Amino acid sequence: MDKFRVIEVKQSIFENNDKQAEELRKELKEQGVYLLNLMSSPGSGKTTTLSRTIEALRDEMKIGVMEADIDSDVDARTIEQLGAKAIQLHTGGMCHLDADMTRQGIENFGVDGLDLVILENVGNLVCPAEFDTGASKNAMVLSVPEGHDKPLKYPLMFSVCDVVLVNKMDVLPYFDFDMEKCKEYVHMRNPKATVIPICAKTGEGMEQWFDWLRREVAQWNA
Amino acid sequence: MHELGIVFHIIDSLTEVGKENSLSKISSVTLEIGEVSAVLSDYLTECWKWAVDRTELLKGAELIVEKIPAVTYCEDCERTYSTVEYGRTCPYCGGGNTYLIQGNETNIKEIEACET
Ligand SMILES: Nc1nc2c(ncn2[C@@H]2O[C@H](COP(=O)(O)OP(=O)(O)OP(=O)(O)O)[C@@H](O)[C@H]2O)c(=O)[nH]1
Ligand SMILES: [Mg+2]
Ligand SMILES: [Zn+2]
Repeated sequence: MDKFRVIEVKQSIFENNDKQAEELRKELKEQGVYLLNLMSSPGSGKTTTLSRTIEALRDEMKIGVMEADIDSDVDARTIEQLGAKAIQLHTGGMCHLDADMTRQGIENFGVDGLDLVILENVGNLVCPAEFDTGASKNAMVLSVPEGHDKPLKYPLMFSVCDVVLVNKMDVLPYFDFDMEKCKEYVHMRNPKATVIPICAKTGEGMEQWFDWLRREVAQWNA
Repeated sequence: MHELGIVFHIIDSLTEVGKENSLSKISSVTLEIGEVSAVLSDYLTECWKWAVDRTELLKGAELIVEKIPAVTYCEDCERTYSTVEYGRTCPYCGGGNTYLIQGNETNIKEIEACET
């Protein structure tokens, strides 16, 4: 007769992913590859922001982009036209990338010689926040039309982000978006988060963001 | 399909636990899921059967979900209240200095298993 007994496990269901993410982060550090996990709601301006970023930094560092868009390779082609290396990841309908999927993406992509790899995560504010991808840092794009109270509604997303880009500043006059409140709410979730207002469409106000990235990449390779 | 991803992670974690404890069969798995965690237990249960039947160790294993109610504590009046009902504003004093004390858990609590 088989004898069954109760065994206490007491571990987070994310522990396994967290371990894989830690390993990937360590390996990327050894290779000198900085991986940025970029998250947002759909349409907040990730691809536009990436395009401006590549144009600004492509002469200083080698940049690669991994697109996790569910259905198309439109974004990957946009990026390639700017001369950056790009790959379309297949998430198999998943609403987020986990560390293992990111590793597979990295291995297929081949990150040798790249300084900065940006992962455009699947567009939603819930699931990607729960799964550590193994990225060096997390960034998110929040656009003005989405409202300044997003940090109250999606606490986890904002607590894991190191930098929040507030995009579409050009439309600020048409919305009741309160930048001070937005900063206050972000800092409630994560006191150390950097909040940078940008306009990806025109490229305005993006120097602070480029500097943030330059500093991060330099420190990673120090 | 957020929950299916989570089920795969649970299976991976338990496969490890199985190796460490030389288990041959796991017959039930108990999770603790907080009311305000982003894990929806109804969806979990749906994916569960499909996924575990593809493994040797967990084939046919029962999933038990213990839901943990979300409770928020108010620093101003030192009382606790239901997070889902009242959110971040204390229903007793109207204060906003509040924080979640339980309800966002996503843990594997225990398993019932058989050793080799
Ligand atoms: N007004 C304004 N529009 C912008 C700005 N940045 C992006 N957009 C527009 O917003 C729309 C979505 O931009 P994308 O860059 O494709 O957004 P995304 O986050 O990559 O979208 P998905 O990948 O589909 O989730 C496009 O029509 C852009 O032209 C901005 O700073 N101001
Ligand atoms: Mg895009
Ligand atoms: Zn109170």
